[in-house]
Amino acid sequence: MTTETKENSHDMVDECVEGACSAVDYVLNACESIGETIVHLFHAVGTLAIFIFRSVTHVFLPPFFPRLILRQIIDIGYYSLPVVGMTALFTGMVLALQSHTGFSRFNAEGAVAGVVALSVTRELAPVLAGLMVAGRVGASMAAEIGTMRVTEQIDALRTLSVNPYKYLIAPRVIAGTLMLPILVLIGDIIGVFGGYIVSIYNLGFSPGNYLTQTWDILERIDVISGLVKAAVFGFIVAIMGCYNGFNSGRGAQGVGAATTYAVVSSSILILIFNYILTQVFFS
Amino acid sequence: MTVSSSDDKLQLFGVKKAFGSNGVLQGVDLHVPKGKSLVVIGGSGTGKSVMLKCVLGLLSPDEGSIMVDGRETVGLDAKERDKLMRKFGMLFQGAALFDSMKVWENVAFGLIQGRGIDRREAQDIAIEKLIAVGLKEEVGELFPGELSGGMQKRVGLARAIAANPEIIFFDEPTTGLDPIMADVINELIVKTVKELGATTLSITHDMASARKIADYVAMIYQGRIVWHGPVGDLDNSGNEYVDQFIHGRAEGPITDDEKSGRYAA
Repeated sequence: MTTETKENSHDMVDECVEGACSAVDYVLNACESIGETIVHLFHAVGTLAIFIFRSVTHVFLPPFFPRLILRQIIDIGYYSLPVVGMTALFTGMVLALQSHTGFSRFNAEGAVAGVVALSVTRELAPVLAGLMVAGRVGASMAAEIGTMRVTEQIDALRTLSVNPYKYLIAPRVIAGTLMLPILVLIGDIIGVFGGYIVSIYNLGFSPGNYLTQTWDILERIDVISGLVKAAVFGFIVAIMGCYNGFNSGRGAQGVGAATTYAVVSSSILILIFNYILTQVFFS
Repeated sequence: MTVSSSDDKLQLFGVKKAFGSNGVLQGVDLHVPKGKSLVVIGGSGTGKSVMLKCVLGLLSPDEGSIMVDGRETVGLDAKERDKLMRKFGMLFQGAALFDSMKVWENVAFGLIQGRGIDRREAQDIAIEKLIAVGLKEEVGELFPGELSGGMQKRVGLARAIAANPEIIFFDEPTTGLDPIMADVINELIVKTVKELGATTLSITHDMASARKIADYVAMIYQGRIVWHGPVGDLDNSGNEYVDQFIHGRAEGPITDDEKSGRYAA
């Protein structure tokens, strides 16, 4: 071999070694980031589990703060009523229109009342109310508690011998879990009423027939399952709002991110738990 | 350097605290005699706030001992911690007033919620404390958002002393105030603390404030106390870190990297 050929072959070996090294590095980096993500995931789940445990414990242990619970009940229940009511009304109306369009193709228009009643009570009222309250209340909880974290108000609570779980979290969790079923019950009535209006004044149904069909098809479990779902969704909205606010990062950006996480995480959890509860009730 | 004794109200021995690989406190030893005022000075990011949060129980130290009245406070259960917190009052850097409550409710908050005192009685105490810090009774009906920075600090001070605590903590009491208002707050701190006979631990980087309110001064640097002595010895400490800090010199053993806040705590 000439000197030049030897040098060429050395270069090729070096390139191969470098190539192998960079491939190994690439795999190692990928493994590292996957590992890091998994560790973060477990850490987040663990932190959330501890937070939920503490919050629920303080819901049942005295002292209680009735004034704060009442304030949250008004904020979550009363002030969410217009949003939930409007959502339910237009959902019921659209449902009647769409189901009529579909069923008329099979000459089954008579099923409209039943479809509206079952869809609203079982699924649409609890899920849509949950999502609307997550947007309205969950975001506000995260922003308020996050701001309190950033401005050291939560530390101030502790130095004044007041447990922040008892003072800030428990009233919100109690109010969220109690008020969403009531909102959904009202949403059920308004949603069915929305379907009734469209069916009577737009689609030409007989009022008596529509109401009879609605009443006949509805079973107790349809309404109860919706209310149980609502209670779970209310708990999810309150817990995720409080959790993200309580663990908010520093500054305006931290509070903004906490608010976004609160809404996104509670919305996703509502959809997941809706499937799980439907499976439990009706499978 | 001063030596710890049985007259000390508050003692810290070898307190360490790290966040991940970032060792913020690396063995803090400190003691505050009963009825005296200790001011801890140090640059931003040297661990002053973390030390204060460890003493208050807002953070748990990784190692070391924190004693109040000769009793260990690290690892107390919730009930014992709650009992201990009743001895404490705290003035936060940004006052940390509850913005959804009126000023008097802020001052009375710890009395009503923390100690179960009747609302009307607590309101009377709150008004009395507001007057003690130089505010008018009418201010009690305002919300914190309607007050200036100096007034908010006064309200924070009134809240800190509302329950006549045995130990009061001050976190940067004059930060963000103009020099005159800062001096007014310093005067108020000295006056109210003397009236209560309380022990105080303050952290600040404002030397005028330190000289005004301190009986003793300690300097924290890289998570350790590098000097501790009477305030009168501050100018003749013989400690190069203290000299550089109190004269605000760029040149000295405290490097730019360290001054820029290596420990984001």
